[in-house]
Amino acid sequence: MNPAALTLHAAGEKLRSRELSSQELTEAVYRRIGETDKRVQAYLTLCRDAALAQAKQADDRRKRDGAAPPLLGIPIAVKDNFLTRGVRTTCASKILGDFIAPYDATVIKRLRDAGAVIIGKTNLDEFAMGSSAENSAFFPTRNPWNLERVPGGSSGGSAAAVAADQCIAALGTDTGGSIRQPAACCGVVGLKPTYGRVSRYGIIAFASSMDQVGPITKEVRDSALLLEALAGHDPADSTSVGRPVPPYGEALTGDVKGLRLGVPKEYFVSGMAPAVERAVRDAIALLEKNGAAVEEISLPHTEFAVAVYYIVATAEASSNLARYDGMRYGHRAAGKDLNETYMLSREQGFGPEVKRRIMLGTYALSAGYYDAYYLKAQQVRALIKKHFDEAFQHCDAIITPTAPTTAFKMGEKTQDPLQMYLSDIYTISINLAGLPALSLPCGFDQDNMPIGMQIIGKPFDEATILRLAHAYEQATEWHTKKPNI
Amino acid sequence: MSLTREEVQRVAALARLRFTAAEEERLTEQLDAILRYMEKLNRLDTTGVEPFTHAVEIANALREDKVANRPDAEALLANAPDKEQTFFKVPKIIE
Repeated sequence: MNPAALTLHAAGEKLRSRELSSQELTEAVYRRIGETDKRVQAYLTLCRDAALAQAKQADDRRKRDGAAPPLLGIPIAVKDNFLTRGVRTTCASKILGDFIAPYDATVIKRLRDAGAVIIGKTNLDEFAMGSSAENSAFFPTRNPWNLERVPGGSSGGSAAAVAADQCIAALGTDTGGSIRQPAACCGVVGLKPTYGRVSRYGIIAFASSMDQVGPITKEVRDSALLLEALAGHDPADSTSVGRPVPPYGEALTGDVKGLRLGVPKEYFVSGMAPAVERAVRDAIALLEKNGAAVEEISLPHTEFAVAVYYIVATAEASSNLARYDGMRYGHRAAGKDLNETYMLSREQGFGPEVKRRIMLGTYALSAGYYDAYYLKAQQVRALIKKHFDEAFQHCDAIITPTAPTTAFKMGEKTQDPLQMYLSDIYTISINLAGLPALSLPCGFDQDNMPIGMQIIGKPFDEATILRLAHAYEQATEWHTKKPNI
Repeated sequence: MSLTREEVQRVAALARLRFTAAEEERLTEQLDAILRYMEKLNRLDTTGVEPFTHAVEIANALREDKVANRPDAEALLANAPDKEQTFFKVPKIIE
């Protein structure tokens, strides 16, 4: 077996038993990238020399240190909106085309401290705004299962890299589904933790009240191991929460007996592909057969979530992206005065979707419209959160599809932003409410494209959704399927 | 309610963005369609609903007033579009 195809936990075992060195594993990953990335285009930047040096250090550390951490020597890909010191960090935007990160994001520092090897920076929709990775200013990433289809987005590069065995695991960010939807499109596992579970320090901000960092992996156990390394309070992020980080691996008992699962009736409506509905219903039936209790629940404001999200997220984005003024970093155009320099720098630096969202957010926050849009949206958001809280009084987890369809064709939705926004219909409520949720493979459609199931948990109860996902994974074989790339 | 070209121009100026006439026309149509979609929120009665503020419990974060990080001036200046010695160089701000 090609070592690049290993899961994180299997690679860890081979490294611990000295069957494999981190240098061999890292070389295997770069070989695989060399063989496949011309077609997939998952990476924006590779860090080969630094990665091989990290791999050597990891091998040396293992010789010295018997009790090595589980990520020691593991090659990991990172979405290009994480600051990585000394490495180009673009957010897939021309405005940051030459930007060299001056420091590490807290989660990157945690990965480095754990001895992980950072392979490279993966492609995304510019500033994480999109659901297909087509909004990258550089090039689109393709779905390893079918190169004519999108990998989902915005963490499309990370999800495609995991699916194509171009890394052992990856990091993404999720503001409205940007980890889970690409994970579903590419047939891998993606976990968005509770808001506040993982530090956002050094993550290039999109919508600060919803952005969250999480793992994209080949199997559920890998996500548990990565989350344990990433989670925890960070003094540099005042919204990170100081709750203890449980050993998530211990939650993976393989048993779902007694767990109460809610299935929201509003998520199974017209617009969903029949194959998706069938796969998710079958998955729920399997969990029920294995001892979980299933009940239909209601999340009555589900149909309003997309509207709420695209007001709140664009309002926050318009404010966050005001910093790109061409003064201290980023692209600066030559204007005849200061104002024209701002305008030209931003006009040349931002792509169409980013501009569209800045416009929408600026409009929603502008004088005379604030109450009608932003305030109204935050009120409905409070109701959406309340309905989740009520459901979780009698459910341990909620099960839904991750996306209404499998990966769509490239170019299919680029001309109609609203249609693109609606591909996030099942994921965005979770960000609005700050909950943890995971997507894992639960089948394939008639075109052999992967289908994802979403498991939503109570705040800070990642352990239960990992337990459920792992038990389902153990009972099925979807996670063992690989694209032929 | 229908979004006008003039409103798009006003918002573009606020956001320090600029569009060609063709872009502006297309953007007006697109934003109008999105805003119309958002009007569905008006079907909900939210009288008396406290707006959402934060997803999780947050306590005030206090710490000693002590420098905890020392920014690497060289690394920060390395990204400057223009600089002189240890300063960012920017266009004239006051006429």
